[in-house]
Amino acid sequence: MAEVSLKGIRKTFEGNPVIKGVDLEVGKGEFLVMVGPSGCGKTTLLRLIAGLERVDEGTVSIGGRVVNDVQPRDRDVAMVFQSYALYPHMTVRENLAFGLRLRKLPEAEIEARVKDAAALLELTQLLDRRPKALSGGQRQRVAMGRAIVRRPQVFLFDEPLSNLDTALRVQMRGELSRLHRRLGSTMVYVTHDQVEAMTLATRVAVFNGGVLQQAGPPLELYHRPANRFVATFLGSPAMNLLPARRDGKKLAGKGFAVEVASGLPGGAGPDVLVGFRPQELEVASSGFIKGEVEAVERLGFDGYAFLETEAGKLCARFGKGVEVAVGETVSVEAARDAVHVFTADGTALRHPANLG
Amino acid sequence: MALALVCAATLYPVLWVVKLALSPSESLSLSANPFPQEVTFRHFAAVLGASDSAGRWLFGRNLLASLTVSAATTIIGLALAVTAAYALSRFRFPGREAGLQTLLISQMFPATLMLIPIYAILQRLHLLNSLGGLALVYSTTSLPFCVWMLKGYFDTIPRDLEEAAVMDGAAPWQAFVLIVLPLAKPALAVTALFSFMTAWNEFILAATLLNDASLFTLPVALQRLVGEYRVEWGKFAAGAILVSVPVMGLFFALQKHLVGGLTAGGVKG
Ligand SMILES: Nc1ncnc2c1ncn2[C@@H]1O[C@H](COP(=O)(O)OP(=O)(O)OP(=O)(O)O)[C@@H](O)[C@H]1O
Ligand SMILES: [Mg+2]
Repeated sequence: MAEVSLKGIRKTFEGNPVIKGVDLEVGKGEFLVMVGPSGCGKTTLLRLIAGLERVDEGTVSIGGRVVNDVQPRDRDVAMVFQSYALYPHMTVRENLAFGLRLRKLPEAEIEARVKDAAALLELTQLLDRRPKALSGGQRQRVAMGRAIVRRPQVFLFDEPLSNLDTALRVQMRGELSRLHRRLGSTMVYVTHDQVEAMTLATRVAVFNGGVLQQAGPPLELYHRPANRFVATFLGSPAMNLLPARRDGKKLAGKGFAVEVASGLPGGAGPDVLVGFRPQELEVASSGFIKGEVEAVERLGFDGYAFLETEAGKLCARFGKGVEVAVGETVSVEAARDAVHVFTADGTALRHPANLG
Repeated sequence: MALALVCAATLYPVLWVVKLALSPSESLSLSANPFPQEVTFRHFAAVLGASDSAGRWLFGRNLLASLTVSAATTIIGLALAVTAAYALSRFRFPGREAGLQTLLISQMFPATLMLIPIYAILQRLHLLNSLGGLALVYSTTSLPFCVWMLKGYFDTIPRDLEEAAVMDGAAPWQAFVLIVLPLAKPALAVTALFSFMTAWNEFILAATLLNDASLFTLPVALQRLVGEYRVEWGKFAAGAILVSVPVMGLFFALQKHLVGGLTAGGVKG
């Protein structure tokens, strides 16, 4: 177990800055999940921690030791590749043992560790198979097993579950969580899946364009996004943002007006963005805003209506028994104190106060 | 049907050679029938049993010379090609493109064009009339093909595998030896076979660079059977068959490695 500390990390590929000054601390035993749009540099950051790429600027430390000039194999870090990267010519057993053989562990110790990991990941039956005779989920587990047997200080995962079907994903998610509790190791995990991020992470780090937007516990990010990017990136459907002008406690936009209970900090200009999570908006007989229904998503118990309002597009929830038809004009009501406010350039000014 | 035709067309001359080798007469009969009327192993016995003026077993010496040169060519050529191809596949360095292109261009000249410079170089190195010199020449001439062939194959092996090995604690050379080489087996087999066959069948360079009959490789020895006044076709055909047997054997031995698909299952597709 060790902490990972990134300070002022920059990385440029062929003149394109990919990582633009990232500072991030991953505590001992923490499960940090990195999310962000495709191409924002998540994989690159993992590779920098692993030592497969060298930083242009900044320092990478693992367990308090600066490892900028340390070879990957001497960093005591294991990485689970997005592609699994199993050795095709070796059996599962040989795949698992490969790293231990290279480190010249005694044969008895190797055998014990392989047996342990295989039992943990339910691979015992498969030890003598080659990767090509395994299903996607089984390969995934072998890839994980190869990391586990090494008992490294830090685990790095690059979208390990992205190629699995939903059921297997839910199962593996559970296993990962269990694994983290059991091993207590530091884990850095990249994913595109919000549910994975929210359920696995002790802390989530949101990236965009090679810049860390915000890092914190999942609910903290969900309820108190530091900026417009984080607000719309986390949560599904995405948070609604409507342009408005502020006037004391009152926020008025085209065709709507809301009031916030607690005051807004001063300073920034009068133009702001008002944000509502779709889950906090409800299609109702009367409300603070009206719009024409463009599309409806029924999810069974409830559903979402996508509206075109004077102020812009809006997504709101509707409950069981409510009929919403495309083309209809409906009103939308907001839950009490549901308003997020951002400056025009996207910095958060206020969040609802009554959050858990 | 087309397949049968192609098979017949390729097999016809081969049958002819077999007929020549097995027929008792020494002359070329011009009948279209590819099957021998009478069968004798006289020619095979003559080729296998011939000795030189000093009473040494000629076929044995020639066979040994051919084997030595071909094996040496394969080993030297493969060792050089594997390392060069890996570097060209995995690293970006100045001159990489130029190097690859030069290798390709060098393939466009017929080997005979190089005969004179090669002769001159070997003379300087005092490697004329030596099997070592010949092996050296063969390995350099087959190198471009081998490098391209292997590079193409290395390019298809995902880099993730080596990176995974490095994370697992392998030094770069260990990742190469323990991961890449075993996966490249089919390409290594093809390249080895190619090198071996080039050396085994080559005639012009061997005939020019060797002048000691005890060092002759089989193709050169074979050509000497086609005498100045009288052509011993029967012996020639028997010799030709004897020369092809080892190559065929090698081919069958390597056949099971020639099938691809070794990397299947390592990374998700
Ligand atoms: N070796 C490289 N050479 C050149 N450009 C690179 C290299 N590796 C990554 N990049 C570029 O850096 C950027 C970030 O890539 P990276 O793989 O880190 O993104 P990512 O956040 O992991 O994306 P995804 O979610 O799609 O996996 C991309 O624009 C990519 O094209
Ligand atoms: Mg990635």
